[in-house]
Amino acid sequence: MSSGNKTVAEMKPGEVGIVTGFFDEHLSVKLMEMGCLPGSPVRFNFSAPLGDPVCISLAGYELSLRLEEAATISILN
Amino acid sequence: MSSPSRLKIALVGNPNSGKSSLFNFLTGLNQKTGNFPGITVERHTGLSKMPDGSLAEIIDLPGIYSIYPRTLDERIVSEILLDHHSKSTPDVVVVIADATNLKRSFLLLTQIIDIGLPTVLALNMMDLVAKSGLSYDLHALERKLGVTVIPINARNGTGIDELKKVLQQPLRTPSKNIFNIYEDAKKPVHELRERVGVDNDYEAYQFLEQPQSLNFLSTEKQKVVEEIRERYQFFPGKFQGAETIQRYTFIQDLLNEVTMKAADFSWKSYSRKLDTILTHKLWGYAIFFLILFLIFQSIFAWASYPMDFIDTGFARISQFVGNTLPDGPITRLLAEGLIPGIGGIVIFVPQIAILFAFISILEESGYMARVVFLMDKIMRKFGLNGKSVVPLMSGVACAIPAIMATRTIDNWKERIITILVTPLMSCSARLPVFTILIALIVPDQAWGIFNLQGIALMGLYMLGFVAALVSAWVMKWLIRVKERSYMIMEMPTYRWPKWSNVGYTIVDKTKAFVFEAGKVIIAISIVLWVLASYGPGDVISKAQESVLAESTNMRLTKEALDDRVAAYKLEHSYAGIIGKAIEPVIEPLGYDWKIGIALITSFAAREVFVGTMATIYSIGSATDEDVATIKERMKAEVNPETGGPRFTPASGFSLLVFYTFAMQCMSTLAVVYRETKGWKWPIIQLTYMTLLAYGSALLVFQALS
Repeated sequence: MSSGNKTVAEMKPGEVGIVTGFFDEHLSVKLMEMGCLPGSPVRFNFSAPLGDPVCISLAGYELSLRLEEAATISILN
Repeated sequence: MSSPSRLKIALVGNPNSGKSSLFNFLTGLNQKTGNFPGITVERHTGLSKMPDGSLAEIIDLPGIYSIYPRTLDERIVSEILLDHHSKSTPDVVVVIADATNLKRSFLLLTQIIDIGLPTVLALNMMDLVAKSGLSYDLHALERKLGVTVIPINARNGTGIDELKKVLQQPLRTPSKNIFNIYEDAKKPVHELRERVGVDNDYEAYQFLEQPQSLNFLSTEKQKVVEEIRERYQFFPGKFQGAETIQRYTFIQDLLNEVTMKAADFSWKSYSRKLDTILTHKLWGYAIFFLILFLIFQSIFAWASYPMDFIDTGFARISQFVGNTLPDGPITRLLAEGLIPGIGGIVIFVPQIAILFAFISILEESGYMARVVFLMDKIMRKFGLNGKSVVPLMSGVACAIPAIMATRTIDNWKERIITILVTPLMSCSARLPVFTILIALIVPDQAWGIFNLQGIALMGLYMLGFVAALVSAWVMKWLIRVKERSYMIMEMPTYRWPKWSNVGYTIVDKTKAFVFEAGKVIIAISIVLWVLASYGPGDVISKAQESVLAESTNMRLTKEALDDRVAAYKLEHSYAGIIGKAIEPVIEPLGYDWKIGIALITSFAAREVFVGTMATIYSIGSATDEDVATIKERMKAEVNPETGGPRFTPASGFSLLVFYTFAMQCMSTLAVVYRETKGWKWPIIQLTYMTLLAYGSALLVFQALS
């Protein structure tokens, strides 16, 4: 959970990365249940017209989440 | 419905896994919707014919991703699965999994296996698995999981017979234990098993992890759980994250072993392409508003034919009953109270059915998730949630199913605000009131290509919508909670709606409206009938004589005389007395006691306004289709103070605005009471809407006159 990492909120459409950790314990439990696990690949698909929420691909399906939630997932790419 | 020998089968699965298709396939039209005892979550049950001819009871549980609940709807699943010793404990749990995405589906599956109820895995969407080139070793899967696996296709029914056969065989509890409880948790788990009598470790472990789902336990047992939790400092959700990781590790190993060929998801690419258009910053909104327009157009254009038919039908039945049965209070209660009351409910069925047909198509196709995606940021500014769009849209037909649809909003504050503002959306009951008042005060003129009356009507709908948003925004600041709002939502792959599912949804929602609203509307219409038919002393019974005395030299026809008697009766009834009593309060809005009576009677259902107007203006014998007659009579009504017409643009618009904002619907209040489990929110809602209606009507009348 090192700081200074890139988060899902900073990704651009089409970009891929590997989930490395979470900044919010409460949300991390929900995200992991949805298949967003440390070590799993994530792809940023597109954001909503107003920039928020965003749509990502993970664990073989598409998930939408708000920007502030995406900012709690740190990635490496 | 539940006989002891009948096999009880619970369906559990992720949202979008095809659970409702399977349920509809198993039960057909043999299903009913009720509530789980004591709580407001809808309970879908149905009967299914098994291969040996016996009937099995199928319970369709709300879609969940994990046994740890996030919403009210989800908690019921935990409660049912954790309570192993009640009448409603399922004999077998069918976990339905989207076979194209086993990883996520298996989190729930492994939790349910560990709970220790007999479990069968139904692998759905096997057609799509074939399409994506995937293949699984199902025997290895059965061996590793310790449960029977049946591949099915819930869209066309493939595999359902095999599933039924398996369900009929003697069922074993799963032999495997997938999750290893952590050392730290073992002691409290064992102590709990001994003292409360729990069947297995994981079940006891769940008692410690989610104490909020233990309403089925006796108070003493709940106290024991509480005591053990405190002593071991076992706070709710303590190991949830670690458990999820352990399970996914198992699942990944399992999938590596049983997957014979990896997936190629290029067949899904059409879905991505569709998304580039449907969530486009320009086209996305344009298409959404086009769809909205289409929906409203069809509600008003298509529904008017069956509605006219129902209207005349019930008027005839009333007339027939009134003429055939011997005259007396019971006959009059039937003909004037009960039958029109039922008619007032049935008349809304076409609009509600059409609206829910559309909503169900949008949900089935996967488009609704995109609407939530498009609207979330905008709605959030007003203290709402992207998911509030569905209730607000449904509110245009009827607030009752709309408020029930708020259960999918997991944030409590956003859900309460949605419930509070939904009745401001102009529902179908307001339409008859709007129609007659607009016809009265807005000239039937063209204005360019638009019709002035049409613009007025549209304006009222917009007014309701804007008021809903503004009220939501105000409440966002007034209601303070610590609970965080989040929206983590699956975006399902687009697919064609399954039409039978659409049909079942229509039946289900319409039934909910007819029975929920029906009870209250009928009760209120009886009370109102009594208020409007009886008065103090013998005024009512002497009505005939009094009117005759008043109008001896007026040479009235029989009908005109009857109408005058009816008007006289209403004036001197309890309703008339209340109407006169509130006159000082409503006078600043431009209304007299006659309109006051209509305001009171329309508390059961708004459209009663028109009928009351007809009676009070002594044109009760005019048939209901004779809107023109009512209109002419209302136009001729004179305001004794000014000498001018009663319905001036000022009082007319004031009344329109009042009906747009006022909470004149007992059934909605009853549903809000049920959904929020108390009188606090319905009272707040009634108060704020009444104040809003009164204040705005006052403003309109004073500004225009």
